[in-house]
Amino acid sequence: MNSSALPEDTGHRPIPSERPAPRRRLNRRVIPGFGLTMGFTLTYLTLLVLIPLSAVFLRTAGMGWEDFWKAISGRQVVASYKVTFGISFLAALTNAFFGFIVAWVLTRYRFPGRKLVDALVDLPFALPTSVAGIALTALYAPNGWLGQYLYPLGIETAYSRTGIFIALTFIGLPFVVRTLQPVIEDFDKEVEEAGASLGASRLRVFFTIIVPGLVPAMLTGFSLAFARAIGEYGSVIFISGNKPLQTEITPLVIVKSLENYNYPQANAVACVMLVASFVLLLVVNVLQRWSESIGQARS
Amino acid sequence: MKITRIALLGLAFVLAPFPNSRGEELLNVSYDPTREFYTEFNAAFAKHWQEKTGKEITINASHGGSSKQARAVIDGLEADVVTLALGADIDAIAESGLIAKDWQKRLEKNSAPYQSTLGFLVRKGNPKGIKNWDDLAKEGVAVITPNPKTSGVARWNFLAAWGWALETYGGDEAKVTEYISKLFKNVPVLDSGARGASTTFIERGIGDVLINWENELLLATKQGADKFEIVVPSLSILAEPTVALVDQNVDKNGTRAAAEAYLQFLYSDEGQNLAGKHFFRPSNPEILAKYAAQYPNVKLFTIDKVFGGWGPATKKFFDDDGVFDQIYLKNN
Repeated sequence: MNSSALPEDTGHRPIPSERPAPRRRLNRRVIPGFGLTMGFTLTYLTLLVLIPLSAVFLRTAGMGWEDFWKAISGRQVVASYKVTFGISFLAALTNAFFGFIVAWVLTRYRFPGRKLVDALVDLPFALPTSVAGIALTALYAPNGWLGQYLYPLGIETAYSRTGIFIALTFIGLPFVVRTLQPVIEDFDKEVEEAGASLGASRLRVFFTIIVPGLVPAMLTGFSLAFARAIGEYGSVIFISGNKPLQTEITPLVIVKSLENYNYPQANAVACVMLVASFVLLLVVNVLQRWSESIGQARS
Repeated sequence: MKITRIALLGLAFVLAPFPNSRGEELLNVSYDPTREFYTEFNAAFAKHWQEKTGKEITINASHGGSSKQARAVIDGLEADVVTLALGADIDAIAESGLIAKDWQKRLEKNSAPYQSTLGFLVRKGNPKGIKNWDDLAKEGVAVITPNPKTSGVARWNFLAAWGWALETYGGDEAKVTEYISKLFKNVPVLDSGARGASTTFIERGIGDVLINWENELLLATKQGADKFEIVVPSLSILAEPTVALVDQNVDKNGTRAAAEAYLQFLYSDEGQNLAGKHFFRPSNPEILAKYAAQYPNVKLFTIDKVFGGWGPATKKFFDDDGVFDQIYLKNN
């Protein structure tokens, strides 16, 4: 039932019995075709990822350090980093929490319409982001279905940072849910039952058995949602209001530079985003390894 | 074989957009609000060209934000002619060498076959009593205009407001800057383009006044006469959307003659009438007179006279750390 929208990099099995046996060096691999597939993988990644990304760096390399620094450290640019990274972080955090609940309900309970709800989760993946942006803006604008009740309460939803948060939460949700689902599914119920039969309270079972097993997948889901939010453009520009220093996201700063034929600045800021995203993903990866090893040491 | 069949099908899709490979083709790269006008104009020109030369011609049009379109041409979109919102955007293409530097002198009226100006759209009954530019800077008025960094019309809006303030405050730049700064404090949303700003004002119900192209406002009142009305300020800017043929591309495609005829046809009576029909202001005074009733009577100034052309205006106002950036840096 798990629609395979995500690559299967998330099957962290915290259960020790699945740990692979110690490897012996083999001259011949068991699975044939390594050379061919590896070659294909490298070519594919180079063409699709490496070359376009290195073009950004190469184009930036033409700038002197001073120009580069000036391009990436203007007040407007720095303000946009804060908006983009700050709100993306909050949105991913929110998704990590509520996405967990959704994933839990979808895997642990059987109820009518479950498949339908499950399919709904993928909608933010499939919907063109500009459609999402327009729909969310129509909902949350002062005269929108939801906005008309929120604005009198003093909650400004559209054309504010709240609006950006809403859009980024929307697009990030499936990343967390789809990462957590297979992991929850694979949990050995016996371990929970054993805990319960040994007298552990439900809370204790949850925090000492379930949560540690979920942390690595949670981190993966969080980082995917976070990375996605940082790069999001289409849905945000409709709902954010795009005011410089207040609700301007970094991708918009890049577009603005391009519209003004300022290619070097666009490249320089793109470079910053690339490096920042890379470092963030790396950190999350390391954290994930670490939490995995703790999880394994415990069990 | 199945694969062959799939391959043939794929090939058919690739070739489908060029059914008329014998006839000549022109690509006109234009900006957003000209969509309806050029659809009609292209058909008229194809007919004219057939009568004159006996040859078939297909005209393809591409529409989008003006500077985005210019960038596409610079990056290799093979436009034969460009018909953009700002001279500055064609200047940028000329900068890359694709168009001769003196392009603006090659056609009549500064290469602007039709003109336009800006106006205000307010909600029915004008509840905030907006009459002129100074009302836009008053407290409690929400103004909708797109971002001058990404939108052509927004630059015209900015310059029109600036030009009005220059005259009103007798050239005192400090006072003008203060006025503009207050005006932009009243802007709750900076959309990226002209259509987006119209949507925010009309569909989302945000703002008390929208500054936009005259033809965009006329269209809005035509569709929602009971909801909006147009307010004409005392002074506005004469917007001259300019046209040029892209020298390197027409020479490569062998389409120079057709491209020249296409642009000249914009100045013909037929072309001018079509422009009037779509709410642009024909540059031919006789034809303009015919449509005069539909345009509000407003005093206009030109960008050349007040700002010395697009080059200096862009540099002063819209470049990084220009006046527009400074306003936001100071307002926050």
